[in-house]
Formats: sequence, C-alpha cells, structure tokens
Amino acid sequence: MVLELQKPRPIWQIMFSTHHTDIGLLYTITSIAFFFMGGALALGIRAELFLPGTQIIADSMTFNRMFTVHGTTLIFLFLLPFASGVGNYFVPIMIRYKDMAYPKLNAIAFWMIPPGGALIWLGMADFTWYATPPYSAIRAPGPAADMWIFALKILGVSSVLGAINFIVTILKCKHPDLPLSKIPLLAWSFLTSSMIVLVAIPSFAAALVMLLTDRLGVTGFFDPTKGGDPIAYQHLFWFTFHPEVYVLVIPAIGMMYEIIPRFSRKPIFSHSSGVFAFVVLSIVSFSSWAHHMYATGMSFTEKTVFMIGTLAAVPASGMHVFNFIATMWGGRIKFATPMMWSIGGIALFFSAGAGGVANAAMPFDFITHDSYWVVGHFHLFVMGTIAFGSIGFLYYMFPFITGRMYNETWGKVHFIMAFIGTVMVFFTQHVLGLYGMPRRVYDYMPLPEYIVMNQIASVGAMIIGASMVIWLINMIYSAGKGKEANMDDPWGLGGKYYFPHQAKNPHH
Amino acid sequence: MSGHSNWPEWIYVAVVICLLVYVGAEAWNVERLVEHTPAEAEVIKVTGQQWFWTFEHADGTKEIGELHLKKGKPYKFDITAKDVNHAFNIHDYVILQDAIVGRINTAWFVPDKAGEYTIQCREYCGLLHYNMRGILIVEE
Ligand code: HEM
Ligand SMILES: [Cu+2]
Ligand SMILES: [Cu+2]
Repeated sequence: MVLELQKPRPIWQIMFSTHHTDIGLLYTITSIAFFFMGGALALGIRAELFLPGTQIIADSMTFNRMFTVHGTTLIFLFLLPFASGVGNYFVPIMIRYKDMAYPKLNAIAFWMIPPGGALIWLGMADFTWYATPPYSAIRAPGPAADMWIFALKILGVSSVLGAINFIVTILKCKHPDLPLSKIPLLAWSFLTSSMIVLVAIPSFAAALVMLLTDRLGVTGFFDPTKGGDPIAYQHLFWFTFHPEVYVLVIPAIGMMYEIIPRFSRKPIFSHSSGVFAFVVLSIVSFSSWAHHMYATGMSFTEKTVFMIGTLAAVPASGMHVFNFIATMWGGRIKFATPMMWSIGGIALFFSAGAGGVANAAMPFDFITHDSYWVVGHFHLFVMGTIAFGSIGFLYYMFPFITGRMYNETWGKVHFIMAFIGTVMVFFTQHVLGLYGMPRRVYDYMPLPEYIVMNQIASVGAMIIGASMVIWLINMIYSAGKGKEANMDDPWGLGGKYYFPHQAKNPHH
Repeated sequence: MSGHSNWPEWIYVAVVICLLVYVGAEAWNVERLVEHTPAEAEVIKVTGQQWFWTFEHADGTKEIGELHLKKGKPYKFDITAKDVNHAFNIHDYVILQDAIVGRINTAWFVPDKAGEYTIQCREYCGLLHYNMRGILIVEE
C-alpha cells in the first residue's frame, strides 16, 4: 500500500487484503491505536501517584487492573505488532520478493490481534503482566483473568505464525543473487528475533494452559495446596519472556540500522558485526531467564549461573552501540526527526543497559528487585529504546506511506519533549527504587523523598503525554495537508532507499 | 568485515568484557559473604498472608504486624506464606526474600541501630498489597 490518501480505496479492500504492504498498514495503525490507549492508562497511573492518598482512582482494584492492562497492551499490542508492521513493509522489499511467503497466514496472524486486544480490554485483569500463581490461579477475579489468559494464548499463536512467515520469507524467498550475509540488517533483525520467538514462546504457551486448568480447579500444577509448585510457573514464564525482551529490542535496533547510516550519509561501520551481534544475542538471550527470580530462594550456585548468563548478553548489545557511534563518526549527519529519535534511543539504550548490569549483580538485585528501580530499568528499554526507535521509524515511513511530509519542526518538538519526559520519569524511578518504594502500589508512604520523586515522574509523564498529542495531530494533519514529499529522496540525503511505495500492490 | 579494519571494535568489546568480569566477580564475592548465616542466629518465623505479616519468636511468642528485636543480635528469618506469593522486605537492612506457600526462604541480619523500620511486602499480592506493611522495632 502507499499513497493511500492520494488514491483512496474502500477500507474493506485493505482489510481483506493479503498483500504485505496492506498488512503492514493494518499492523501499524492498530499498534499505534493501542499505544495511545495503553499510554492513557499510564497517565492515569502517574496522576494517581502524584501524591500519597487517593487522587483520581477510587480504589486499588481499579488501579491494579490499569497497570496490568497498561503493561500487557504496550508489550503485546503495541511493540510487537508495530515491529511486525515494519517487517511486513520492508522485509519482502529487502530480500527482493513480491510478498511474504504465506500471504494468507500473514493476514490471519494480524487478524488474531484485534480479538486478543478486545479480550484484554474488556476483561481488565488485575494480576500484573506476569500473572503469577498462586494469586492468578486461586484469587484473581474472573472472568477478567480467564479472558486475559485466552488473549495471551491468541497473541502467542499470532506471534508464532508471524515468526514462521518471516523466517520462511527470508530464508526461502530471498532473491537468488542475494547472499544471506548481504541482506540489510533490518531484515536480519527479523530473522533473528523470529528465531527467538519460535524457541521461546512454547514454554509460556504451556504455562497458560496449565494456569487455565488450575483456575478451573481440575489441576493443581501451580497450587502448593494440591502439591503443585508456583515457582515452576515463574521458570516457564521467564523462559519465554526474558528472550522476548530481545524479540522486542532486536527489530528496534534493526530500524536504527536503517536510519543511522542513511542520515549519517555513510555506510554502516560494520555490517558483519551487526549480524554477528544479532545472532549472539538471539542465543545468549536464553541463558538468563532466572535473573528475575533471585529472590524466590534460589541457591547460590543457581544465582551465580544466571548472573553470568545475564552478563554474557552485554558485549553483543554493546557492539550495536559501538556500530552506531562508529557509523555516525565523521558522517555528514542530518538531524532530521527520525535520526533524532534514533540517537535518543541509543543514548537511553546505553543507560538502560548499565542499569541492567547492576540488576544482574546479585547482591544489588536484593535492593532493586520488585522496587521502582525495575520499573525504571525496563522502561528505559521498552519506552526509551524500543518505542523511540519505533516512533522514529514511523516518521521515516511516513512519506512512503502517505506521499506527504510530516511537519519537521513539530516532529523535533515531539522528540525533545518525549526525551525530557522519559528522563524525568524513568531515571527518577531508579532512585525511588533505591529508596525502597515497591512497584505495583496504589499508594505509598508520605515520605518527603517519595513525594518529590513521584511528582517529578508524574510531571515527566504528562510531558510525554502532551508530546504524543502533538505527534498525533502532526500525523493526522500532515497525512491530509502536509507538503508533498519528494518520493525519491524525502530528506534530500542522496543514496538509495528501500521504497515501500514501489511494492506492486495488485489493488493499485 | 566490510573491507576496513575492525580492531577498535574488538578492543572495545574486550574492555566491556573486562568490566563485566570485574562486576561479576565482585558480586559473586559479596553474595558469598552475605549468604553465610551465623550459627548462633535466633530464628524468627515470618508468615505472609493477604495482607499482613505474622512473626513467631524462638520462644513461641507471636506478633502481628510488629516485630520487636534486640540490637546487636543476629537473627535468621524463616519466611513463608499462607495464601499467595508475597515478598518480605526490610529495605533499610537489605532484607528481601519471597514468601511462598510450601517453601521456607531464609535471610539473616544483625540490627545495628535502635529505632523503627518499615517492613513491607514487595511482591504483588492483590487488593491491599500496597498497604501490607509492618514495623520492625529494634530495642537497645
Ligand atoms: C534488551 C532490552 C531489555 C529489555 C526490553 C528488558 C526488559 C526487562 C523487563 C520487562 C524487566 C522486568 C520484568 C518485570 O519484573 O516486570 C527486566 C528486568 C530485568 N532486567 Fe532487563 N531488559 C533488557 C535488557 C537487560 C539487560 C541488558 C540486562 C543485564 C545486563 C537486564 C537485566 C535485567 C535484570 C537483572 C532484571 C530483573 C530485575 C528484578 O526484577 O530484580 N535487562 N528487564
Ligand atoms: Cu530478563
Ligand atoms: Cu504484596
């Protein structure tokens, strides 16, 4: 699809299409809608925590439901589908094939997302994004909890179908003249992250079924009073979801690999070290899952093993940062909006990684675990790195999708506000954690340091919220009324682009 | 490699690995020391349930929501739960262990300053998780 607004088509034609650019558009728009919905919940959470006591949310159950749906939405309904959207637009073009390998499967994978999202939002479960038993098995109120379980099941299948499609497309459908080692890093990122999905998802898929039957009372896999083991769930869960964080971050890094060299007007410093680091990450991401479980009573040996496994992932992440900086070094950098988001994302990636190393060091984790530090840590990744990379990339795709330019000034304002807000929220949350504030709390003790820190974080969140409104207006306005983009070179950078708008859509 | 020399990247990777080895070794060493529970430590049984803490001293006396300990004496907590997961946390003394039904997790410390400290739950446990607090009172 492209130039949708210049050559309008009936909406059902896009909805029932199996062409990769149409599916890409559906993924992109759906994920952005969920981004705003999940973000609205975050603003509610931050408003509630502006002061101790009850502010705008009447009771803790509502609050608990809000942060559960917030986390679930932004991970499963924004970050993952957005990445799939980008992959759908670019992977077939980058490997020079007419479409994804299995177009119908592609459409099915997308169409599993809206029902999944509906179940999550209509249910509003309260058991946090990791649904730990025994709470989730014996106490969490239904039908919300059961709806969440079904939703995650559906979204998991959708992820697996998408991953199979990317892997087959890249390995089997790439142009014979194009060696695998030469395909662009963005396509490599989808290959490696899809591999992780295939290996990681099954353990959580199994855990979900067990959790459901536990809730129905027919089994007691995770219920200690029936001889089950709640820790087993945590292993199954984190075996999926530690690797899953790399499923989120790897495509975002791939997007930066598309943007950074282009806007630095220089080839990537080292293509092969980028490939190497992706492959290493996809393997070592499986060596660290239990770093989320140090406090469950693991033995000293177990903790040591998982600490080493966690630290092992750092050099490869560091190689990406190096590659980016070395690419920009000496380049004629054009600080257009997509580039600014990428650079901001890399800076926050680096700080987030430093915090992750501290977490992994086991004695320190007993200070940070389940405190606001952890919230700060992973938000520097999910918001600061992955969402930043994604938003920057949407600016980058904008002219190719709409045929028009977004407003550059407001794009920069959006970035600067969001960057300041992100620093205010998530760096402060690290400090709050050091002061001992637990996460997932509706209320906190009225200590002066808690209050100040929470207020800084809440103001930061509102700044992010305002910036996102600016973004939305910019996108909508520019899609209809923006300057016509120079489709050969929208930013005047020279060089060769991958042109999603030239993909031959049979409907045009 | 794309035609040019890549040695700066490998030097950088080597430096990062050295830093990580240092962090890992240091963490390993500290953890080894703090996990060594002194033999004479007095055992306190800690039970978490929605949404309060119960403490049982070695002599069988029980306290709910409050824990009275003596300054300068080593204590070992045997931590468990009755209903769902909780986490027993005295942040000022870096005590943090999950309280899990059917398991006993341990932590030990020596309170070295008289005064009152917050005990809190740090694992999500439902409706009143945010308010699942207690007080540690360290007496001279
Ligand atoms: C690649 C991007 C990363 C993402 C998206 C990410 C995401 C997350 C998430 C979501 C959590 C918290 C889960 C929860 O409790 O709800 C977490 C915790 C953690 N992360 Fe990361 N992470 C990333 C990288 C890293 C790195 C590079 C390290 C270490 C070198 C690291 C170390 C940790 C540790 C040790 C925890 C557990 C903290 C605790 O609960 O006490 N992470 N991360
Ligand atoms: Cu992890
Ligand atoms: Cu709790």
